[in-house]
Amino acid sequence: MLEIHNLTHTYGTGPGAHEALGGVDLKVAEGELVCIVGPSGCGKSTLLRSIAGLLRPTGGEILFQGDPVERTPDNLAVVFQDYSRSLFPWMSVADNVALPLRRKGMDGRQRRQAALDALEQVDLAGAGGKYPWELSGGMQQRASIARAIAYRPTLMLMDEPFGSVDAQTREDLEDLVLRVRAKHGMTILLITHDIDESVYVGDRVIVLSKAPAKVVSDLRVQLPGPRDQITTREHPGFVQLRAEVGRLVRGRQGQAASTG
Amino acid sequence: MTKGTLSRGAAGVCGFLLIAEALGRTGVIDPVVLPLASTVLGETLGLAADPDFLLQLGNTLDACGVGLLFSVAIAVPAGVLLGTFRKVERSARPLVEFLRPIPSVALIPVAQFLFRDPEYAKVSLVIFAASWPLLINTMYGMREVDPLAKETLRSFGFGPLAVIGRVSLPSAAPFIVTGLRIAVSVTLIVAVSVELFVGGTGLGTFMSAAAAGNQRAEMLGAVVWAGLLGLAANGLLAGAERRLFRWHHARTGEPAR
Repeated sequence: MLEIHNLTHTYGTGPGAHEALGGVDLKVAEGELVCIVGPSGCGKSTLLRSIAGLLRPTGGEILFQGDPVERTPDNLAVVFQDYSRSLFPWMSVADNVALPLRRKGMDGRQRRQAALDALEQVDLAGAGGKYPWELSGGMQQRASIARAIAYRPTLMLMDEPFGSVDAQTREDLEDLVLRVRAKHGMTILLITHDIDESVYVGDRVIVLSKAPAKVVSDLRVQLPGPRDQITTREHPGFVQLRAEVGRLVRGRQGQAASTG
Repeated sequence: MTKGTLSRGAAGVCGFLLIAEALGRTGVIDPVVLPLASTVLGETLGLAADPDFLLQLGNTLDACGVGLLFSVAIAVPAGVLLGTFRKVERSARPLVEFLRPIPSVALIPVAQFLFRDPEYAKVSLVIFAASWPLLINTMYGMREVDPLAKETLRSFGFGPLAVIGRVSLPSAAPFIVTGLRIAVSVTLIVAVSVELFVGGTGLGTFMSAAAAGNQRAEMLGAVVWAGLLGLAANGLLAGAERRLFRWHHARTGEPAR
């Protein structure tokens, strides 16, 4: 459903130019949950913003459901890391969730109902009438996930969605993403710098090199049954894969440090 | 405002009035030069029932209201434009920087030449003067809009106009209303100034006439009314700001009350 061919992007021109993407190739199938990891500053967010049509890459091609991405595609939703800036403070939580549904031609009552349904799915049933800034960080990120779910996207992009919450909340939100995926069968592309997280939630883990980013490795995660924060993380397959991803991410950095 | 600050403020006002009254009665200040506080207060109350005064007051408020409406209609869209498009802002900046510092009172003779009718001169100057705080605050508010908030709406496929209407304007609204509050007090200053210098009808004209007839208490009563009006307008708008933009204060960490 998503194909990326030789994607390149360079910020600026001349001697100050920064080459963020150095030819990324990637394919994501319908219903997959793909995690993208890589050293910080490697261009993960540039990749996501290109897929979302928020940034026009300088080279290469992105096909979403067979069509080249030229502007923000329909049926796509983004969950950003910085929930407190991404939710609109002048609107109630329910209005925030309902707003994008205007694009779907739904009337006010339908939008409200869809918003309340989505909030219930993220365990925020009672918080619709509150303002985002009245909620804790984890709840705010749940609200922005609810906003994405209500929109019923076929592809959900998540840009380090749990980077600003505490460890316990992070685990809850990881399981929430897994539940949402199981329920709606949507395709999810999740960017993270947390290696454990990528192995825990992903069907596949894509490792990017440092900038200019390229795909270093594409690993399939084969772990048994429904994932569980305790048993999955102690499974030998998890431990082994986490080490492998860690080596791939760090190995590149180590090499760069020794040559630099 | 808590009960404590309210009663302290009232005590301050009463104390000031008592001292002024005492200074007049003991002859430190000649009551002929400056009428007694009690005389001025009595005159202030009396003016509330004076049909001529009320007519003049109504004229001033009319000019302020009409002028304010026009400046909102001109300055807010202009501010949105200048705050959204950097290139437009760069070309307009020298003109804005030149026109803005001109004291509007200095433009009274110009307005007199342009408009024979003092009422037109008054309204046009009110529009000119009240537009600046609105323009500058709108521009500033538009520039402060969080890029991630705009990007969020764009990521759901909304176009640039929707982003302005649904993200930029609501997010700049607290700044725009602050501009409005400043503009309101400006309208009163300019309207009364023009009335004092040019004439026509209004609070300023009433004061001139009272001063010419040596009706000092009446003149001061009109001054008290001008002050009360400014106070009331400011209080109303500040209250509306607190009520409407609780989200803004909650985010910037300023106290909501």
